[in-house]
Order: sequence, then structure tokens, then C-alpha cells
Amino acid sequence: MSTVEQSSNPMEATPQKPWARRPDEVRRSTLKLAAAAVVALVVVLFTGMAGFDGWAITLLVIVLVATLVTSRSLSSKDRKNLLVSVSITALAMLAFLPWLSILFSVVTKGYQALHVGYLFNDMRVTTPDDELSMGGVGHAIVGSLIMVAIATVVTMPLGILSGIYLTEVRGRLTFLVRFIVQSMAGVPSIVAGLFVYTTVVRTMGEYSGIAGAAALSVLMLPTVSRTAEEVLKLVPDDLRSAGYALGARQWRTAFMVVLPTVKSGLITAGILGVARVIGETAPLLLTSLATNGFAFNPFSGTLGSLPTYTFSLLQYGTEYAVARAWSGALVLMVIVFGLFTIARRVGRKK
Amino acid sequence: MNTVPQKREMYVTYSRADKVFRGVVTAGALTSLVVLGLIALFLVVRSVDVFRTFGVQFLTGTEWNNAAFDETISPEFSIGPMLVGTIVVSVIAMVVAVPLSIGGALFIEFYAPKRIYKSLVSLLDLAAAIPSLVFGLWGIQVFTSFGVKWSNILYDWFRWIPIFDVEFENFGRSPFVSGLVLAAMVVPITTSVAREVYSRTPRDLIDTCFALGSSKWGAIRAVVLPFGKSGVIGGAMLGLGRALGETVAVFLVLNLSFRYTYRILDSEGGNVASIIASKFGEATDFEIQALIAAGLVLFVLTLIVNMIASVIVQRSAGRVNR
Repeated sequence: MSTVEQSSNPMEATPQKPWARRPDEVRRSTLKLAAAAVVALVVVLFTGMAGFDGWAITLLVIVLVATLVTSRSLSSKDRKNLLVSVSITALAMLAFLPWLSILFSVVTKGYQALHVGYLFNDMRVTTPDDELSMGGVGHAIVGSLIMVAIATVVTMPLGILSGIYLTEVRGRLTFLVRFIVQSMAGVPSIVAGLFVYTTVVRTMGEYSGIAGAAALSVLMLPTVSRTAEEVLKLVPDDLRSAGYALGARQWRTAFMVVLPTVKSGLITAGILGVARVIGETAPLLLTSLATNGFAFNPFSGTLGSLPTYTFSLLQYGTEYAVARAWSGALVLMVIVFGLFTIARRVGRKK
Repeated sequence: MNTVPQKREMYVTYSRADKVFRGVVTAGALTSLVVLGLIALFLVVRSVDVFRTFGVQFLTGTEWNNAAFDETISPEFSIGPMLVGTIVVSVIAMVVAVPLSIGGALFIEFYAPKRIYKSLVSLLDLAAAIPSLVFGLWGIQVFTSFGVKWSNILYDWFRWIPIFDVEFENFGRSPFVSGLVLAAMVVPITTSVAREVYSRTPRDLIDTCFALGSSKWGAIRAVVLPFGKSGVIGGAMLGLGRALGETVAVFLVLNLSFRYTYRILDSEGGNVASIIASKFGEATDFEIQALIAAGLVLFVLTLIVNMIASVIVQRSAGRVNR
């Protein structure tokens, strides 16, 4: 069809992709893959290779053998190319599989303990073994929000200042600061917890939400600094020059020209930092511990949080407790993914 | 009349407001340095006693006894098997994760249909954001059954290799299974770094390969892989740093034991971060100092790995920008 139209008016040739695979080719290879999948399923059902992983391995072997056999007519170069394509695709599938499995199991298993009021009740009068329609995760959400909010308030200005230093001030310590931020990003979360325990918890004499927030700040700062730097780097130098040309001093240019330009990017930096620390468990086990009921005072006494809620229920180990743990994980994942989506939205709006 | 103006000397003067601004910003930027310094300082100060008491024995011994219930013996702390176990689990994770990451990155960048490219990159970002707690939960509740099955297969076929032999055919909660869970956790980190580097391969070099009649694999092997090598190594080191310092994902899966073992399929192993988490709750005062000393060891270990990683990544980034 298209070729006929083309020949009728040669001056207006539509662009074509001669290297692209034709639709019938795509259809045929999809059919082949489906056939291989069915054969693999049959093999799995009638031999010892059991389970989903057995099926995947069988499928891979069948596809590899089929490729080897059908590609005999090709040159050795094309043949190698084809085999590598198959292997790389298989490796990639293997790499993606765990995440899909995690998403799937968090949703299916986390769904069990959800009920009306799950987000608003606490565990004060509910033991982990009570019916799943009782209790909830409200206290943990509140605790997490309090600690993450404090951590955000502390790290946002520091992270932005560090970004400004690396892009606007560009002092003598630029390399050192960048290096330190990189190294700090690698501090194990449990070490951050130990540090805050020896300083804050020891000084205050009790576990507290503020200690948890301090530990989260240590982990959040490098993420915010790095993202802020990346974002500020994107500001064109023309804007700065324009600021200076209008007679603005450096601080004025930074605050009135550069920062407003990247406002959305800086918000993204904050959101990514929050997403980074909201699931941190290890430091909170040493600093804020967990509670069973609602607690709102970060300055005294233990404070619950989503990760420690999930962790302690999992440690408890009974059937209902584990179901509650999965629900806690589900809530956590929904929050993290929600934050990511918001960050993406905000970041795209320019 | 037509004199050429003299070339002016350019210089910068900062007003007082600017000086204040620069001072405040510098101070803010240096908080990272201060915090990192404080962490090192406090860990060292609080663990000096432990190192003075036990010396090198702390790093090599196999005894952990807080003597809380027995006044007649003195407490003894050492983390030898934990240290070795941390390295073993991380190495298993990296051996699995690096090929998967390279494959995943190449797939996303060069093999995936362009229509799903963006969704794959988003999926990668999301996977990197999954909290390690969820990996641990998934590891012990979902993955362990698969891990045990694969351990069984490895044991059946390769038990003549000493590391795949076991004392008890139990297989769950082993360094092998923990390493695979860690691998699942590390793959997103390494893959996104590798993908980033591969995506910056100069287009004209790839096109040159195709123009010379190379296949896709030929172009990747001749241009993309060498170009991305140092970036991928840096990304792998970042992943290794994450694996070495990971707590909950390992703690939930691994069965901790104070015994040196090279059998990765046996259900016992060590991990420094996990021992801190597990002993902390009921620790005596001196024991907490020992745990802080263990934390210092972990801190130094990850710091070295991460510093090497950041140097490698920055060097490769510099080369890319040129």
C-alpha cells in the first residue's frame, strides 16, 4: 500500500526505516517465543524442573538451542551477534525478575492485613496475634512523618548550601567537599545509628524521636547535597552573567536568579532524600526504637516508625504478625513510590 | 584617533554582603566534613578501650561473651568470623550482581524496544528506591525457598568443590542465600551507574563501527564496553560498599554464628552490621563499646571502598566530559 502511494508521488516520499523489523517478522518471532514458552511449561510439568525458576531456565535453554540451530546458515559474525542478543536479554530478565517478584509479593501479601482504619489505628490494645481486622499502622506513620520532617528541615538548607558552594562559590575546597559528600553517601546506616547513639542518646539519657531524626539526617544529607548540585549545575552560565551584568552582587544573583530558576529541582532533591531515608531501619533500632501506641513527642521517649513496626512484627514471627509486617511494607512502598512519582512530576515541570 | 584600547586587567572584588554570603555557604558545605569527622572521632574515642583490651585479637578471635551472668569470667569480644562473613557475603553478591547489571544496562540502552525505554529507566529508579527492609522481608519470606532449591542443585553437582560442601543439608539462612538477596539489592545501583555511563558513549564512535560493517555486538565490544569500563567498575564498587554495610537485609536472612566457615551453603555465617543490630538490645556497657568498635571497623572498610569508587567514577566522568 504505502509503496504504491509513494511511487505515485515520488517527490513526497515518506521516511522509511528499512532496517526496522517488518510487522509480520515481529509477529512471527512473538509466536515463536510463545511456542517456546508453552514447550517449556510442558517440560516443567512433566519433568523434575519445578517452579517458576525451573520454567524460566528451561525457556532460556530452549530459546538458546533454537537460536543455535536456526542460525547455522548465518555467518559466524551474525551468529555471535544473535547469541549475544539472546544472552543479554536473558541476563536483563534475570536482573528485573527480583524487583517484579518483590512488587508482586508486597502487593499480594500486604493486602491481607489491610482493613478500614488500618491507617488510623495503633497497636496499643492489639497484640500481633489478634484478628487482622484489629489494630493498625497509624502510630508508625505518625512517628515516621515526625522524624522525617525534622530530618528534612535540618538537611534541606545544608544540602542546598553545599550545592551552592559547589556551583556558585566554587571555593578552594570544591574537590574536598564533593569527595566528602560522596564518602558520606557510603556510610553504613547502622554506623550512623551507632554515632547518634553515642552522642545524642547518651547525652539525653533516653531513646527519642529526635535521635532517630538525627540519624536519618546523617543519611539524608549526601543525597540532598548531590541532587542539589546536579540541579544547580543545569543553570546556564548566561543567567549568572546576566545577573552580574545588571549589577547584582554574587549573593543577589544566587538568591534572586539562580535559586528561583531551580526551585522545582531543589524540591525534587528534598523528596528524593525523604524517599532515601523513610525506609531506613537499622539506625532507628539504635535510636528511636518502636512504640505500640500513638506518640507525638519527638524530644522524649521512644517513637514508632514504619520500618521498625514492620521489622519487629517480622521478628515476632507468627502468621498474623508476618501478615501485618507485609502490610507495613506495602504502606512503606506506596509512600516511597508516591514520593518518587511526585518528584518526577515536580522535576519535569520547568 | 584609532588607538587600540589597552587590554584591561580583570579582577573580582567581593562586597561585605558577598563575603558574608560566601562564608555562610562555605560553612554549610563543610557540615558534611564536620559530621564525617565527628563520626570517625566518636567511634574511635568510644572504642579505644576495646582495642586496648583485646588488640588484634578483636579482629581475628571467635569469642563473644559479655559475661553478664557469670561474675567469675571476664568478658571477651572479637569479630573475626563476622568480618570474614561480611566479605564472603558481599563477594557472592558482587559475583552475581555485576554480570546481571552489565547485561541489564546493555539491554536497556541498546536492545530494549525504544517504546519501553523510558518505563524501564523508571522501573530501575524505583527498584533502587526499594528499602532494604523490604528486600530482607522478601528474602526470608519469598526468596529463601528458591534459594534453598538452587543450593540443593549446587550441592548435588558441585559438592566436590569444598565451598559447596555442607555439614548439615539444611541450606536455608546461608551466606549463599543472603548473598543472592544482597545481589538483588545491589543490581539496581550498579545497573543505573552502568546505564548512565553506557548512554554517554559518543554516538559517532558507534556509527563508525556500523559503517565499517560491524554487528551490534561488535560495536558494543569495540566501543561501548571499553568506554564504560571504569564507570562500571566504579558503580560496582559503590554497590560493594552498599553490600558491606547493609544491615537488615542480611540480618533477616542470615543465621549468625561465631565460627569460621568457608562453606557458603551451610546455614551459618557472619556479618558485622548484623551482629551490631542483634547484640545491641541486651548489651552491657562494655559490650556496647565493643559493638562501636565493630562499627568503626565497618566504617573504615566501607569508607575505603567508597573512596576508591568515587575516585574511579569521578575520573571516568571527567574523561566523558572532555
